[in-house]
Amino acid sequence: MNLNGKKITIHDMSLRDGMHAKRHQISLEQMISVASGLDAAGVPMIEVTHGDGLAGASVNYGFPAHTDEEYLRAVRPHVKNAKISALLLPGIGTVPELEMAADCGVDTIRVATHCTEADVSEQHITKSRELGLDTVGFLMMAHMVGPEKLIEQARLMEGYGANCIYVTDSAGYMLPDDVTLRLKAVREALQPETELGFHGHHNLSLGVINSLAAVEAGANRIDGSAAGMGAGAGNTPLEVFVAVTERMGVETGVDLFKLMDVAEDLVVPMLDQPIRVDRDALTLGYAGVYSSFLLFAKRAQQRYGVSSRDVLVELGRRGMIGGQEDMIEDVAMEMAKAQGVLQ
Amino acid sequence: MSKINAALIGSGNIGTDLLYKALRSDWINPVWMVGIDADSEGLARARKLGLKTTHEGVDGMVPHMREDKVQICFDATSAYVHGENNRKVQEQGSIMIDLTPAAVGPFCVPPVNLKDHVGKRELNVNMVTCGGQATIPMVAAVSRVQPVSYGEIVATVSSKSAGPGTRKNIDEFTQTTAGAVEKVGGAKQGKAIIILNPAEPPLMMRDTVHCITEDEPDQAAITQSIQEMIQEVQKYVPGYRLKNGPVFDGNRVTVFMEVEGLGDYLPKYAGNLDIMTAAGLRTAEMFAEEIINGTLVLQPEVA
Repeated sequence: MNLNGKKITIHDMSLRDGMHAKRHQISLEQMISVASGLDAAGVPMIEVTHGDGLAGASVNYGFPAHTDEEYLRAVRPHVKNAKISALLLPGIGTVPELEMAADCGVDTIRVATHCTEADVSEQHITKSRELGLDTVGFLMMAHMVGPEKLIEQARLMEGYGANCIYVTDSAGYMLPDDVTLRLKAVREALQPETELGFHGHHNLSLGVINSLAAVEAGANRIDGSAAGMGAGAGNTPLEVFVAVTERMGVETGVDLFKLMDVAEDLVVPMLDQPIRVDRDALTLGYAGVYSSFLLFAKRAQQRYGVSSRDVLVELGRRGMIGGQEDMIEDVAMEMAKAQGVLQ
Repeated sequence: MSKINAALIGSGNIGTDLLYKALRSDWINPVWMVGIDADSEGLARARKLGLKTTHEGVDGMVPHMREDKVQICFDATSAYVHGENNRKVQEQGSIMIDLTPAAVGPFCVPPVNLKDHVGKRELNVNMVTCGGQATIPMVAAVSRVQPVSYGEIVATVSSKSAGPGTRKNIDEFTQTTAGAVEKVGGAKQGKAIIILNPAEPPLMMRDTVHCITEDEPDQAAITQSIQEMIQEVQKYVPGYRLKNGPVFDGNRVTVFMEVEGLGDYLPKYAGNLDIMTAAGLRTAEMFAEEIINGTLVLQPEVA
């Protein structure tokens, strides 16, 4: 694979996707320290929000230690060079939260929908562009559809005003060829000035190689997390990816050793559990299940005495998508009833 | 028995499903369907069933409303055009049952507060949203037992049953539903989440309701209240079912509902449309009864 001379933009997820791994309990001090460290390491983009995006605070997804506004206002003054982004999932977050984030000084809004439901993003993409923000359309669970559908959905978001489209492997299910096929097709379909991004999960340990495949196919924005801190087995571990791209001659502008230090000295000590491909995280990648279901399935196992792996496989079989955390307890109860352990 | 003439504004999924239900009503006689697309399937079906139709929006019907004695209109268009539609039909002396999330008039969730609207001469009532109709009875079932500090609903509908209006204005869905979880459901703070799931074959509508009670939940009383409320909803939506729960976890009370539709226009998985149209019709029937009994007199404005 020859990527020599390519220029890409790295986008750190540890303070948003990493919120899943931390049950949304990252402190303001931790947010500031990691964001400042990433900024000093030259990471050009940092996402800060509840794991499920703006207004994700809920029984369904978990109540965070602080509001989105508190996190954004705390972090913003400490970040000198990097852009700060906020995620928004239509159906959860709304335009007023987007306006709040803009008021907090975010540079980028990423509007995320399931890969077949892009037409719910019009209000938010339009508003974000109106506010003059860098605007990303983020197509989740992209393994569930082929390139033709992704092209159609990507064009919708581009038409609403998104200047960058992401193909997102929310389940960490894609193999490198799946990435190549989808990214190439979407790249060819979009306007040349529209940027293309890839967001991976490491459930099959393919985060790094999939991101390389994405760059080869024409992506110029790549998501990852310091120390991989993210849902499931985490995101593409950013320091590993930057080391690999540096050896391949890809320009990221990131200081590798400083990034390694952020991962090792700041992020790893924060972890409640190691970010690794454990049995349940592997099941996510194997069965194509939304990565943030991981800890919910483990809790359902504890409460209802059913196997978290079986619950995850069943959720995949039923075609559950991002945001359907409520169905984890529902499925666990159904299985417990069938096994006679719940009345 | 005499019936009250009604018009269906909007010829999409909701309007067409409502048409079939209204044709079975003892109180409502649907006479007009209004669309904006001459080729709309809903309008074609309405014509076949003997209704007058127009594809020129409400303006196409307004000149005929008094002559055709239209006294109740259902608006199944979108929040953005509802205001104008409402003004135009009220000028003709018609009541408006609003099935968009515009929320101009007071919210109506029949088993919770339909009776409150009787005798108040409301000329516009709002049916909240499909997610609201499916979940607010459960929030109310808990809050009538003890104070609920926070109510959260997660409505999951199949992609096929979510029309372009819902999709284009998805914020109105979450905002309107959350507001009604407070105002009608009785939660001090409300939150609403909607998920569109594209699975094939399409999934039946699912609704999860989380309540946080102020004090420790009275499990027996809440369970009984929920069962009673389900029976009330089943009177007009027979496919409204408790799938799991109630779960009691500290002060959290969670119920997992499923809504199967009657399959009048769209298939049975689209319980979200069914519960909306059934609730809208039930509300209209109550007004029709008042008009027929002479307790509600409608007067067209002098032009």
